[in-house]
Amino acid sequence: MSPSSTGGFLDRVLGRVKLGGWLALAAPVLAILFAAAITAIVLLITGNEPFATFGLMVEYGFRPRTLALTLNFATTYYLAALAVAIGFRMNLFNIGVDGQYRLAALIAAAVGGALVLPGPLQIAVVILVAVVVGGLWAGIVGLLKVTRGVSEVISSIMLNAVATGVGAWLLTPELLAVPVAGSNNIGTKPIPEAAHFPGIALVPGTQTKVFGFIVIAALMGIAYHVLLNRTVFGFNLRATGRSESAAVASGVNVKKMVLVTMLLSGAVAGLIGMPQLLGASYSYSLDFPTGLGFTGIAIALLGRNHPVGIAVGALLWSFLDNSANILDLEGIPTEIVIIMQGTIVLSVIVAYELVHRYRIGAEQRRVGRELAQNTAKPEGAAV
Amino acid sequence: MREAAISTPTTVVAETAVELEGITKRFPGVVANRDIRLVVQRGHVHAIVGENGAGKSTLMKILYGMQRPDEGVIKINGTPVAFRSPEGAIEAGIGMVHQHFMLADNLTVLENVILGSEPRKAGVAIDFAAARKKIKEISDAYGLGVRPDVLVEELGVGARQRVEILKVLFRGARILILDEPTAVLVPQEVEELFENLRVLVGQGLTIIFISHKLDEVLSVADAITVIRRGQTVASVDPAEVTARQLAELMVGSELPSPQTRGETVTDVAALTVRDLTVRTPDGRPVVDGVGFTIHKGEVLGIAGVEGNGQAELVEAIMGMRPAEGTITLAEVDISSWSTLRRRENGVGYIPEDRHRHGLLLEAPLWENRILGHQTQKPNVKGPWINRAGARKDTERIVAEYDVRTPGIDVDAAALSGGNQQKLIIGREMSGDPIVLIASHPTRGVDVGAQAAIWDHLRAARAEGLAVLLISADLDELIGLSDTLKVILRGRIVADVDPCDVTPERLGSAMTGAGERA
Repeated sequence: MSPSSTGGFLDRVLGRVKLGGWLALAAPVLAILFAAAITAIVLLITGNEPFATFGLMVEYGFRPRTLALTLNFATTYYLAALAVAIGFRMNLFNIGVDGQYRLAALIAAAVGGALVLPGPLQIAVVILVAVVVGGLWAGIVGLLKVTRGVSEVISSIMLNAVATGVGAWLLTPELLAVPVAGSNNIGTKPIPEAAHFPGIALVPGTQTKVFGFIVIAALMGIAYHVLLNRTVFGFNLRATGRSESAAVASGVNVKKMVLVTMLLSGAVAGLIGMPQLLGASYSYSLDFPTGLGFTGIAIALLGRNHPVGIAVGALLWSFLDNSANILDLEGIPTEIVIIMQGTIVLSVIVAYELVHRYRIGAEQRRVGRELAQNTAKPEGAAV
Repeated sequence: MREAAISTPTTVVAETAVELEGITKRFPGVVANRDIRLVVQRGHVHAIVGENGAGKSTLMKILYGMQRPDEGVIKINGTPVAFRSPEGAIEAGIGMVHQHFMLADNLTVLENVILGSEPRKAGVAIDFAAARKKIKEISDAYGLGVRPDVLVEELGVGARQRVEILKVLFRGARILILDEPTAVLVPQEVEELFENLRVLVGQGLTIIFISHKLDEVLSVADAITVIRRGQTVASVDPAEVTARQLAELMVGSELPSPQTRGETVTDVAALTVRDLTVRTPDGRPVVDGVGFTIHKGEVLGIAGVEGNGQAELVEAIMGMRPAEGTITLAEVDISSWSTLRRRENGVGYIPEDRHRHGLLLEAPLWENRILGHQTQKPNVKGPWINRAGARKDTERIVAEYDVRTPGIDVDAAALSGGNQQKLIIGREMSGDPIVLIASHPTRGVDVGAQAAIWDHLRAARAEGLAVLLISADLDELIGLSDTLKVILRGRIVADVDPCDVTPERLGSAMTGAGERA
């Protein structure tokens, strides 16, 4: 077996293959530098001064208010990437996170607007509704896959479109929507103030509070790590992702795993809309953020499905998003940041691949060397 | 260009067809070939023997242009060459018959033979008539008996191999490399192959024959080169050497034998299979009404040409494949149990393909220790993985089963095949199994690991383990089994007494020739 044939390229992209020590850090750092270089070239071509532009972004990005916003965006992104990562770890491409969180947020917002319960209890109910709706919507994908063999990529993309349609139908005045005061927007009935999730004044020097949900997001990251690495369920999930045939032979019920994993991924997806709903907008209206599921895919790739890696990726992504707002004022197109984000994802994937090849070769050399020292008979490493 | 390759030098510069001088090839972590020297005379069957992993295949890949040597010179008919790809080797008149056939089942023999080197008519259309004529000529000249217009899927293994040989001859090869050509053949087919080879060399072709089956090598080869640990250790004349001497040259020490000593079979049934039938999705039975009982302390061997239902039988017993019939484990009907429950209740499993079914290649050894035992101590505590317990037990397996590894944190992919297999066997033996399903337990492992694996199987049998042994190695089957059954097209067609059978007779039972073996 040659080094390059161990594990699929996809396994490495999706982080099911571990990278050792400092190499795990070197890859993304190099990729970001590379992406910055590409962006600089694009800036030069479009007649802008790269270093001045980056300087502007850094200066604006580190203002207290921007930092608070960065943390808020990152909270949402983090949850989105976790939802995607759960599927990725066992080879399931839940492209439908987008539809799952939008439908979950809409129904949860409607329930929250209709109920009047003691504050914390109402928050719990809203979150629970979102988790259940997200999970069930993703469960359709899992059910189709295990009973009819439908690819989860296809069905989850389709269900995104269906979710958009269902959402548009639900968010009409006949059903769940009421006019938003002082605009021609419509949205669900606002959630009563007692059930607002309190913000935290985390960043000094600004009125902007950080979503209290950042705590829940951090707890979810820990739960994700513990579930995957310390439980039998997580072992089975990772084993299935690494080699489905070996998992089947070891007694894992792969169909059950597919279903449970989709339910879990969808349940986490249900949380994505919660920071915004319970911490800022308090209702689901036409301008509720969309497309977070796809941002989640990019960040899960960046962070190699590792809870800390995803956190770094989410912060970076969010920092770029927010610091870009200054560019408009200076007449520099903000799309430059989208180019940078795209280049980062692409170059990170390439960098991980290079590092992986290096690591496999290094490990085989190391095993060969150590065995040659310890035993008279040179037992060949995998050839 | 291809025509040019067929023509041999008119003046015979030397009788040497192939000469390798000081070939060295390094891979990460291992030197596959070191200073290899090899001289092959024209018109000889030259055997290259060595254990698995000795470097035979690498050497042949170098000669065939699939890999480039780091050092050394290759001379073909006295001329130094440097191949960049197999195309270069083909042009120089070298052809390779791979161990695993590279034929498309749904094409005819003719189509398979010309695939990739089609004779053209007026530059565009394929000239089938010319191709058919040429195939007939080659087939008649060398007595291959290949019929150009039958579908490959209708051919048996021996006939497919002759098609492969014809394929390289069609491309103008004068030097043929045969990589373990007898691995897939039963003894009768081996004899036929050897007849063909003698005709080929009689006509001036040269054959390089790679094998580790020494009796065959001694019966067919004109010259033998032994490779051990990547080096040529001896060139011998088959007339002046015995199989035993050859084996000792190969291994560099005493040869292990699979002989089982002592009677350990009890009359307590451990695994009983009744009327087991496995069907393909279109309803055709691939395992057809199979029944047997394995007692405690008994090794039941299943002999058969590969593809006669052995893999399906194993997967049905493991619960990985739906099946009809009953399976009883120590008097409990487990037919409806899941794979997990069967494993939990004492069925160990050494899968045929360790990379696909036995290991997580990109996971560390200690995680591989957990695989298949996810619900059992010492790997878990309730729903939690017990890292410390799993790691400690992996250390035990590494020590007891002599898994050569620098530690338990390296990935399984970094170990050699034999060490991977020893890890699997150690894992499956832990937790006191009642029954062990061992599918080709020593396939692709070196002689040292093979002997160790046989020892472990014998020791477990002595302690009362029931073993279902499926193997393509007839010596292994005869040597280890207490009871031997022959499977053919999904049915048990013969019971054989392993104390009183030769590989030849077993081979004829496997092809259905002598069902009363």
